[in-house]
Amino acid sequence: MNSLPTFETTAATSAVPTAALRPKITGRNVNVYYGEKHAIKDVNVDIPERSVMAFIGPSGCGKSTFLRCINRMNDTISVCRVTGDIRIDEKDIYDRSLDVVQLRARVGMVFQKPNPFPKSIYENVAYGPRIHGLVKSKAELDEIVETALKKASLWNEAKDRLNESGTGLSGGQQQRLCIARAIAVSPEVILMDEPCSALDPIATAKIEELIDELKQNFTIVIVTHSMQQAARVSQRTAFFHLGILVEEGTTDQIFTNPVDTRTRDYITGRFG
Amino acid sequence: MFLTLFGLILAIAVVCFYVGRNRAVAVSGANFSALHSLPSYHGWWLILMAAGPAFAVLVLWSIISPYVLRPLMLSQFAPQLAEFSAAQLDGFWRDIQAIAGGGTPGVRDAFREEAATAYQSVNRMSLTGMIALMLLLGAGGFYFAWNAIAVHFRARHKVEAAINVFLAASATVAILTTVGIVMSLLFESLRFFSMVNPIDFLFGTTWTPQQMAFRPDQVGGTAAFGFIPLLTGTLLITFIAMMVAAPLGILAAIYLSDYASPQVRAVGKPILELLAGIPTVVYGFFAALTVAPFIRNSGQAMGLDVSSESALAAGVVMGIMIVPFVSSLSDDVINAVPQSLRDGSAGLGATKSETIRRVVLPAALPGIVSALVLAVSRAMGETMIVVMAAGMAANLTINPLEAVTTITVQIGTLLTGDQEFDSPKTLAAFGLGLSLFVITLSLNLVALRVVNKYREQYD
Repeated sequence: MNSLPTFETTAATSAVPTAALRPKITGRNVNVYYGEKHAIKDVNVDIPERSVMAFIGPSGCGKSTFLRCINRMNDTISVCRVTGDIRIDEKDIYDRSLDVVQLRARVGMVFQKPNPFPKSIYENVAYGPRIHGLVKSKAELDEIVETALKKASLWNEAKDRLNESGTGLSGGQQQRLCIARAIAVSPEVILMDEPCSALDPIATAKIEELIDELKQNFTIVIVTHSMQQAARVSQRTAFFHLGILVEEGTTDQIFTNPVDTRTRDYITGRFG
Repeated sequence: MFLTLFGLILAIAVVCFYVGRNRAVAVSGANFSALHSLPSYHGWWLILMAAGPAFAVLVLWSIISPYVLRPLMLSQFAPQLAEFSAAQLDGFWRDIQAIAGGGTPGVRDAFREEAATAYQSVNRMSLTGMIALMLLLGAGGFYFAWNAIAVHFRARHKVEAAINVFLAASATVAILTTVGIVMSLLFESLRFFSMVNPIDFLFGTTWTPQQMAFRPDQVGGTAAFGFIPLLTGTLLITFIAMMVAAPLGILAAIYLSDYASPQVRAVGKPILELLAGIPTVVYGFFAALTVAPFIRNSGQAMGLDVSSESALAAGVVMGIMIVPFVSSLSDDVINAVPQSLRDGSAGLGATKSETIRRVVLPAALPGIVSALVLAVSRAMGETMIVVMAAGMAANLTINPLEAVTTITVQIGTLLTGDQEFDSPKTLAAFGLGLSLFVITLSLNLVALRVVNKYREQYD
C-alpha cells in the first residue's frame, strides 16, 4: 500500500540542474500570525530563478499565506503579522525603505478565481503599464498589450475583440487575461494562487502549458491542490503541513522518493 | 356599526378556525397522516369561505351605500332642493347625516329633521339588507366548506390560492393609488391649461399668480403664470445642493468603505445617517438663521451685494441634508464591489487611491449614479428649507446670491389659505406639480439609460 503513485514529470525537471540556479527568493525563519493564530512556523525556503516552484499541502496548511507574503498582499489584512526575513535578489522585501507598490510591480500575482476588471480586454492589460507610467505613447502601449496577450497565449482569441469586456470571456480565457495583465508590467516573479481551481480540464491544460513557457522569462511560484499539476509544471516542490514546511526538493524527488513520512502519506493520498 | 360588525366577523372567524380544524381531525379519525392537509389549513379554509364573503359584503356595502343613498335622498326631496347650489347640497347631506347619527348639524330645521327621519329609515333598510346578505353568504359558505372537508380535500392548495389573491390585491392597491395620483394631477392640470395657455406657462418669464383678483369685485393686477423663473430657481438650488452633496457624499462613502478602520466605520456611518433623520424644518432654520446671515456678511466683507435670503444658503444647507442619501447608498455599492477586484489591482502594484479611482468607482458607478438621481429628486422636492432660506420671490436669475423660489414652494403657497378651487391661481399648483413630476421622471429615465450604457458589469 505504501508504493508511490507514478506522477508524470516534465522533461525539464531532470534536465535542469536546479542547484546551478541561483535563488531568486529566499525565506529565512518566516513566521506569520493572524492575530493569535500562528499560521506559518519558521519556514526556510530558496526559490530558484526562472523555474517553477510548487507549494502543495492540505487545505489550511499555510501555503497560500506564505505565497501572499512574497508580494506582501498580507499587508491588507490588519491582524496579520509577518516576522523573519524574505529576500528577493538579496534585498529584504519587508525593509522599511522598500516601497510595497514597486515590490508588487516586480512580483505579479494571479488569483484563485479569475478577477478581470470590468473593463475592456485592452484596458485590463493596459492597466498596469498605465499606473506605472511605463509607456509614453499609444503605439508603445499597443505593443505592450499585444506582447502580453501573446505571451499569455490569448492573442489569437482576443485580437478581434480587444474592446469587449474582459468579463465576457470564458473562465480559462479570463485567467489567461489575468496572467497577461500581470505580465504586462514585466515582473520578475509571478505568484499563482491555485490558478486552475476554478477551471475545467481543457482550460487547465492550456494554463499549465503557458506556465511551462513562462518559466523561461519569469520565476514562478504556484500554489496548487492538484499533485498531478505540481508534478506536471514544477521543477521544485515544497510540501506544507500545519504551517510547517515539511519537505522541499526537486519535484522528481518529492514525488518519487519523499524523505518525510508526512510527505509520503500526503502524496499517496492518506490525508489531505 | 361598521366596527361592531367587523368585530363580530372576526369572532366568527376565530370560531370557524377551531370548528374547521376539529372537523378535519374528526374526519381523519385521529389518523392525522391520512389527511392531505394539516388540520389548521382546514380551519383557514372554513374562515375563508364563511367569514370572507361576509367581510367583502361589509366593506363593499359600506363604501358604495353613500353613493346610492345620497342621490336617492336628494331625488326624494328634489322640489325643496331645487334652489340649492352644489355646496349647499353637500351641506344638506352632511346635516341630515348628522341629525340621523346624533351629531351636530350646521342647520337644524323642520325640513332637515324630516329628511333625516327619511334618511334614517332608508339607512336602516340598507343596513338590514346588508346584514341579511352577510348572513346568507356566510351561512352558505360555511355549509359548503364544512361539507367539503374530507381526508383527501386539498385545503392547503385552496389557502395558498387565497394568499396569492390577497397579495395580488395588495399590489394592485399600491399600483392603483399611483395611477390615481397621476390621473388627478393630469386632469386638474388639464383644467388649468384650459384657462392658461400652456405656451405662456412653459415659456413665460414672469410668475405673479398672487396678483390675480380674489373676487370679481376686487381690483387685481395682471396675473402671469410663467413657469421659467420657478424652473430656474429649482434647478439653481438643486445644482448648488448637488455641488455640495455629490462630492461630500461620495468622498465620505469612499472613506468609510475603504479607508476607515472598522471601529471608525461602526461609529461614523450611523452618525452620518443621523443627518437624514433631522426634520427638514430644522435644516430650514439652520439655513435661515445661521448660514444665510453668514453668507450675507462674508459677501458684504468681499464687497458683494447679497440679499438676506439667497439661493446659495438654501442650496448649501439642502446639500448637507442630502449628503447621507448619497453617502449611505454609495457606501453600500462600493462595498458590494468584490474584494477580488481590489486584490487584483493591488497585486499589480496600484495604490489604494488608484485602485479606487480606476477599478472600484467605475464598477460602482451605476449604483452611485442612482444614489445621485435619488438625491436630485429629493432636492427638487424639498420645500421647507427653500421657504425659510431662499424666499418666495420669483426672480428669474442664475445669480446664487439673490433670492429665488422653487416649484414646490409655489405649490405650497398657492394651495394654503382660503382659495377658490376653480380659479387658475389654485389650479396652477397642479400644473406645477405635473411639471415637477415630468422633470423628475425624465431625470430618472435618462439616468437609467446612462447607467445601462456605461456600466462596467462585474459578476
